[in-house]
Amino acid sequence: MTAFLDSIGYGQWILHALVVLPLLGVVPVLLGPEASAKRTALLVTSLELILSLGLWWALDPGRGTLQLVSNTPWIPGWGISYRVGIDGISLVMVLLTTLLMPISVLGSWRYITRQERGFYALMLALLTGLVGVFIALDLFVFYIFFEIMLIPMYFIIGIWGGPNRLYAAIKFFIYTMAGSLLMLVAIVVLVWRVQAVTGYLSFSYDHLLTNAGAVGPLAPWLFAAFAVAFAIKVPIFPFHTWLPDAHVEAPTAGSVLLAAVMLKIGTYGFLRFAVPFFPQVALSPTVSRIVVVLAVIGIVYGALVAMVQPDIKKLVAYSSVSHLGFVMLGIWGGTVQSVQGSLMIMISHGISTGALFLLIGMIYERRHTREIADYGGIARVVPVFSLIFTVVVLSSIGLPGLNGFVGEFLVLLGSFSAYPLATVIATTGVIFAAAYLLWALQRMIYNRLDKPENERLSDLNGRELALMTPLLIGIVWLGLYPEPVLRRMEPATRRYLQLTQPGAAAPVAAAGPTIEVRP
Amino acid sequence: MIASRWVWLAVALPLAGFLVNGALALRRAPATRAVSIVGPGVLLAAFAVSIGVFAGLLGRPPHEPHIVTLWPWMTAGALRIDLAFQVDQLSAVMLLVVTGVGSLIHLFSVGYMREDPGYARYFAYLNLFVVFMLVLVLGANFPVLFIGWEGVGLCSYLLIGFWFTEEANANAGKKAFIMNRIGDFGVLVAMFFLWRELGTLNFAEIAARAPGALEQGGTIVTLITLFIFLGCTGKSAQIPLYTWLPDAMAGPTPVSALIHAATMVTAGVYLVVRTNVLFAMAPLSSAVVAGIGALTAIFAATIALRQYDIKKVLAYSTVSQLGYMFLAVGSAAFAGGIFHLATHAFFKALLFLGAGSVIHAMHHAYHATHSHEDAQDMRNMGGLREHMPVTFWLMAIATLAIAGIPPLSGFFSKDEILASAFARGAEMPIYYVYYALGVLAALLTAFYMARLMTMTFLGPNRTGDEERRHLHEAPWIMTGPLLVLGILSAIGGVINLPAFVGGRHALESWLEPVTAAGAAFARVELPHGTTELLLVGGAVLVGVVGLVLGYRATLGRRVATAREAPEEAGLARVLNRKYYVDEIYDAAVVRPVVWLSRVVLWKGVDQGLVDGAAVNGTAKLSRGLGWLGSRVQTGQVGLYVVLFLVGALWILRAVIR
Repeated sequence: MTAFLDSIGYGQWILHALVVLPLLGVVPVLLGPEASAKRTALLVTSLELILSLGLWWALDPGRGTLQLVSNTPWIPGWGISYRVGIDGISLVMVLLTTLLMPISVLGSWRYITRQERGFYALMLALLTGLVGVFIALDLFVFYIFFEIMLIPMYFIIGIWGGPNRLYAAIKFFIYTMAGSLLMLVAIVVLVWRVQAVTGYLSFSYDHLLTNAGAVGPLAPWLFAAFAVAFAIKVPIFPFHTWLPDAHVEAPTAGSVLLAAVMLKIGTYGFLRFAVPFFPQVALSPTVSRIVVVLAVIGIVYGALVAMVQPDIKKLVAYSSVSHLGFVMLGIWGGTVQSVQGSLMIMISHGISTGALFLLIGMIYERRHTREIADYGGIARVVPVFSLIFTVVVLSSIGLPGLNGFVGEFLVLLGSFSAYPLATVIATTGVIFAAAYLLWALQRMIYNRLDKPENERLSDLNGRELALMTPLLIGIVWLGLYPEPVLRRMEPATRRYLQLTQPGAAAPVAAAGPTIEVRP
Repeated sequence: MIASRWVWLAVALPLAGFLVNGALALRRAPATRAVSIVGPGVLLAAFAVSIGVFAGLLGRPPHEPHIVTLWPWMTAGALRIDLAFQVDQLSAVMLLVVTGVGSLIHLFSVGYMREDPGYARYFAYLNLFVVFMLVLVLGANFPVLFIGWEGVGLCSYLLIGFWFTEEANANAGKKAFIMNRIGDFGVLVAMFFLWRELGTLNFAEIAARAPGALEQGGTIVTLITLFIFLGCTGKSAQIPLYTWLPDAMAGPTPVSALIHAATMVTAGVYLVVRTNVLFAMAPLSSAVVAGIGALTAIFAATIALRQYDIKKVLAYSTVSQLGYMFLAVGSAAFAGGIFHLATHAFFKALLFLGAGSVIHAMHHAYHATHSHEDAQDMRNMGGLREHMPVTFWLMAIATLAIAGIPPLSGFFSKDEILASAFARGAEMPIYYVYYALGVLAALLTAFYMARLMTMTFLGPNRTGDEERRHLHEAPWIMTGPLLVLGILSAIGGVINLPAFVGGRHALESWLEPVTAAGAAFARVELPHGTTELLLVGGAVLVGVVGLVLGYRATLGRRVATAREAPEEAGLARVLNRKYYVDEIYDAAVVRPVVWLSRVVLWKGVDQGLVDGAAVNGTAKLSRGLGWLGSRVQTGQVGLYVVLFLVGALWILRAVIR
């Protein structure tokens, strides 16, 4: 496989192709007839998925450095280049994105019934933004992609959303915007301070990473700006209240991508930028304590609030707050196990929560309600739906053997030595997760079938089965044999730990350059 | 004789059965024939594999467990967890019990469940349960055991709620899963400790490293073992997490026999034996284990005295007997715990299946007459011996066995437990109290079993005149497995005969390689000579007295049918209502947590504080500021000039200073 990829020069063009292809796809979607918009979008996103799969082999799994790097000067006067590249962490995030995008398009097949051209064009633009965020190695470029993905999502919620969509969309937009503006200020100050010391004006990631120490006493402020921007995205308690509103109002595809991919940009931002730039601040006892406490609050609080939600989509939204709390705990746990665990949760949560939102969308299309109390006993009517729903719920509550367990286990195991008490409290999350999801499961698909409206529900059709299948395979595969994924991420994880804990591992300089530019 | 490396077949066969039956369950057309062949067939095949593996172990040097690695599961840094099975003396015994008793119960189910519309789904779940149970007992490390540990909980959840359209059943399943999860929390925390302290989660390495790395009787090893035991209280239904098991009787009766009596609920006992070195190093924890076991034994036995649902009596009996097993392993009698685990699997599976046979007959009788009486209430039974003689005599054997009457299996295993607790008393006097509780529980056990048998099978029949004519013995596919279990219940004691009857403690020496690590720290020397004989005699006497009292107390009273029976009063009512523990948990834990979540956290913190005050407050504030700003824009140039001048002067002042 590697030889074949080399022969077509895959490494040279793939990252550009992944960014450009969806944008090119916008043209036929907008110009073509309304009815074929979704087919075109499916074609483009599927092509994107197929193209992206080669990254699995193109990346050298033995090295933790950023690879396939390409650098194109963009605004030389300001030190801005179009600079992209990936490591094991970016790899899995990009693949998660490209996998979920065609699935989301398929999941919107019947859900989106008006202004289809606009919807699918925005979906493609969103894809560009999402891929770009995970491969950008220039902070200005990162910021641009960060904003690019915000705007399509704003419209997707605001136009195709539920009754209260405008409130939700504006809340989502202002919240994220406030964070990203703070981040922009921090980026500019960082670049400016680094230039003052090194005499070299550049937004390049590796240049800033090497010289971020130049900010001196400003470091806590800059870290705080980055941290708030990413904390909103994660979201960390108490910055989370935009999420339930956005999820409830968003159409299925919006919810899927929001939960599965966009939340991960927050944790990715911590791993890629906020912590490595300012490790002395980020991992200082005070900041660590704050983050770990907020993470644990998120885990328990999110689970408890999820338990009492009457709306199934809101329940899943709060469960995300809980799951992402585990990710934050793992990042600050500071061991190979805990960080690897965080990355596994980022993938697993993407698959499981994505699948949950898709299933909720399917049943919503049939019944037009998200109230848990409106269902009950439907296992008899829609057995296949109920079976798949049960499997996905079990994966979400972390049943060992399915995907959710691996990440949670590694996070908790790896964080225990640094934060024993916080880890033990976080572990109670497994009890609450069982409580809120099994309770919801029971009220929806078990119990007596007492609503006549539910008696004639149709079970999943071929399209719906087809779009769930890859997710179900992922749930079982990552649960029983996550080893290939873990192996590809581990070098990047080690690299991250070397950067952030110079005392714990070999010094950074000895570990070689962060970025390798391909000849 | 099969090489150990083929042990995965024992897991793969039921897994294949699960997939086939699961696929059949999704079809609309019933496939009763195929399910009846595949469901029990894969189990019998797995049993054959287990016998082969066991036989293969007989010829091997005893001190090296055979590790069968399938593939690497989770690796990160120094952590390396393989999906690996461990074949040794302990797992081989468990393998035989699970697949052997499992096969019988699968066969029984063919008769019991054949007419159920969910027949294929039932066997799919049952096969899957066996898969997880085998993973549990074969896992070579904690996380693989945990796959099985949670997996059996899942199957238990699915099978308790098998008839899920009844809300009570679905509730019972959910309750079982969540209470088990509270226990699983303990197992997880124990794993974190072990990884931090020992750097491994493999059982073999834990046994090797713990003596060197942990301080004997120290805080760490005590904490680890208490967290493990928390898991055991969930899975094996001990105080305080036992309340799910009686509710679990909502599932089909063969499920109660397999999962909630013979196999899954004994997993906690297995886990303590598997990690015996840790418990042996923590005498305080062992005392807690034995104490909780003894307390549960007596507590559950008192509740069983006043239950009328035949399955509820057996459920509390199971809780009580599991308490005995923990009393054993808490007294460092690890082999004794496994011994009782095995004999209990025989006689309790027999009792449950016998009860199933009775319920089957009662149900048919009521069904034939379109009557809506309770088919499980013993007050509606009586005199069934005439109609179901095979079931009666086989259940009578099991009753004598559980009451500890020689020479039946339960006599030997229970006797060994009581003797071990007594022997431990020499070192820690608290164990004498445990011993006394154990003896008292034995009296109650004999009593409630005699009551159950008398109420069900003896005296006048209370089923109803019309219904009585429809009562009949179960078909051979159901009585056949009962017969095999009857033989095992009678002679099962031979696997570990004590010296006073000329035995050589065969099971104990067989398990020696596994328990050797713990034996280095804590070892129980069973009493000999006169003391031994006195203890044995006392235990037998207690059993006989209990049986006689239970029989006479029940037969002497007129029993009213369930419909006519008056409400219980006084102490009987407290026992009948199970000391109101469920109500107390509900009021003290469930309701407060839901209230906290809904009123305080969601409505209060989330909607009120964070969203209402902070987020929307900020929005209101900025709108207010905007309004103020807009007031200034009056369009009158004069005001602008004034403002400009004020601002300019202010800046000027700042610059000059």
